[in-house]
Amino acid sequence: MWIYEKKLQYPVRVSKCDPHMAKLLLEQYGGADGELAAALRYLNQRYTIPEKVIGLLNDIGTEEFAHLEMIATMVYKLTKDATVEQLKAAGLDAHYVSHDRALFYENAGGVPWTAAYIQAKGDPIADLYEDIAAEEKARATYQWLIDMTDDVDLQDSLKFLREREIVHSLRFREAVEILKDNKDMKKVF
Amino acid sequence: MAYPQEQEYYPFVGPYDPCPPITCKTYSTPPQLYIPFQPPNLPQFSPHEALMKGTLWPALFSPYESRWGKGR
Amino acid sequence: MDSQKPCEPEYYELLEKLQALDFALVELNLYLDTHPDDLQALQQYNVMTQQRTQVANHFQEKYGPLQHFGHAYSRYPWEWSKAPWPWQV
Repeated sequence: MWIYEKKLQYPVRVSKCDPHMAKLLLEQYGGADGELAAALRYLNQRYTIPEKVIGLLNDIGTEEFAHLEMIATMVYKLTKDATVEQLKAAGLDAHYVSHDRALFYENAGGVPWTAAYIQAKGDPIADLYEDIAAEEKARATYQWLIDMTDDVDLQDSLKFLREREIVHSLRFREAVEILKDNKDMKKVF
Repeated sequence: MAYPQEQEYYPFVGPYDPCPPITCKTYSTPPQLYIPFQPPNLPQFSPHEALMKGTLWPALFSPYESRWGKGR
Repeated sequence: MDSQKPCEPEYYELLEKLQALDFALVELNLYLDTHPDDLQALQQYNVMTQQRTQVANHFQEKYGPLQHFGHAYSRYPWEWSKAPWPWQV
């Protein structure tokens, strides 16, 4: 089971009223390489992977939910006090007529999240290579999001999330080495 | 830092390209690409600095600056 | 805490202290998942777990429970469901 902790993993500060940025951030909320997809992908794969790497999938999957909450916090803060006119100008009019200011699991283009974004092949190497690719794609998405805003506080939180993708990618790469049982590789370092 | 955090390439500039060319393109090559398995006892950031950087280990840290306002 | 009142500066300071310790623990945890034989990292994990427990207890005495389902005590009336929630501060 999971225990909720009433705090964010990293402080989220947003200093500019920019509802259009909220729309773009949805890519990491309900997009193919977003945090929801990441959490569900890893937690689902952990049932059919060798015991040596179950803990890693479990723990990274859990951390992804903390990241999902950070993205949600950004979207919430950026849209909470936006007027309907501002929402329309930001391209969120189609979102508004279906959801008001509610968050929804969709990407920046408004496409709803689907399980087709994630895979569980049952083959440990195939699954871990997908996980490494997912982390690199999420890292790239964070870069392009950082490029799309001049709000240094928002950039700061996004840079934290980009760095997490890098650490997760390294851990998944190490998991592959563990499953290869390549003792030489581990001894070199 | 032993390895480059960024690489560059120079795309072909065609005579009929509509926009002024960005002659040098860059892409990230963060540290995980060069560390196949993290060695033990790497130097660490303080807990507060680790939080700010997003990692406990300076060797895994990868800076990224926004392209906004930089004309690229 | 009054839900309509902004949190005092000390709330943010203490919160960030806890976030820093907990983040180092996340990092050590993921590292230990792939390096289970690193005794030094393991010892650091246990020492920091003790530190975070102290800071978390101090935070909870001042600002109410951080966890639900029997993982933290509550004063009267029931404190858990009171604002602010993490996305509001």
